[in-house]
Amino acid sequence: MEPVIVETVQKEIDKNANQEVYLHLETTAGAYASHFDEKVFSSGAYIRNALVQYERGKIAGTGPSYRVGLKTQIGWIYAEGITHFEVDSDGRLLLAGHDYQGKLAVCLEISLKPFE
Amino acid sequence: MDKMEKEQHVLVVLPHPDDEAFGASGTIAAHIANGTPVTYACLTLGEMGRNLGDPPFATRESLPLIRKKELQNAARVLGIQDLRMLGYRDKTVEFEDEEKLIQDFTSIIEEVHPTLVISFYPGYAVHPDHDATGAAVVKTLERIPASKRPKLHCIAFAHGCEEEIGQADIVYDVSKVAQTKMDAILSHASQAQLMVANMKEKYQQGDLEVLTRINTERFWTYKF
Repeated sequence: MEPVIVETVQKEIDKNANQEVYLHLETTAGAYASHFDEKVFSSGAYIRNALVQYERGKIAGTGPSYRVGLKTQIGWIYAEGITHFEVDSDGRLLLAGHDYQGKLAVCLEISLKPFE
Repeated sequence: MDKMEKEQHVLVVLPHPDDEAFGASGTIAAHIANGTPVTYACLTLGEMGRNLGDPPFATRESLPLIRKKELQNAARVLGIQDLRMLGYRDKTVEFEDEEKLIQDFTSIIEEVHPTLVISFYPGYAVHPDHDATGAAVVKTLERIPASKRPKLHCIAFAHGCEEEIGQADIVYDVSKVAQTKMDAILSHASQAQLMVANMKEKYQQGDLEVLTRINTERFWTYKF
């Protein structure tokens, strides 16, 4: 992955708009968060292979971390803290936010085919 | 320190690649050095791990393949010849049909006839996958008549677990295989980098915490 280049990410978001796409959306503090530091509340959520269609999408922010919002016909998809991106060999748009230690904190991925 | 009994066959059942390295690799290496075959059933590929390398070299999508290779490397380092990847998904073990887990474990046990099973102590192993794996192992073994049932040695590390389940009744000195253990841990590069930065150096310098962590492994014998 490389640090977000807004123009490139925006192009990929636009490319996937207005068609059915598979989505992976995740945020996590880690299963060990409270074990290592009792002041930290363990929480997280993920959805894998949500089949959605968004009509507009945008990456926003001044960096180094960004927000992404996707507007669907009847709702929204949102991720905050995105720092890195990659278009992988399967043409999937992988967006991730890595914390100060490089650990995954948030992740939003868009694919035309289901994720494994 | 306790003396390790000679086993016929050891079965290790843990959910994530690297659980074996951090929790029991010295014990595994010692059994193998003693001529005992070890089967390792690893439930998931740690697909949802937060550690992606430092700096990150994995993505959420490439992580499973990377961790699979790391797991195979660790098994090679330890001399495990029978590594089984059961195909479950990280973070989802507790939501699976427990009967499916029990059937999977039962068929492995009926095949390899372990005299010792190593897993997590249900309720005292912090990660929900650990607890769910341990719970299913206990239920699997409960179905075997006591006279034929292998021993179960459990790993526990929840804060304050000693207050509820007592001190570990088995403490092994695995210093003779410390090098192998460290190599097994370092095989899991994507996961171990942050945690064990400078571990080898500290070990050689005699850092007490690192020495204790590497040289001793402790287990609780499960009382059915």
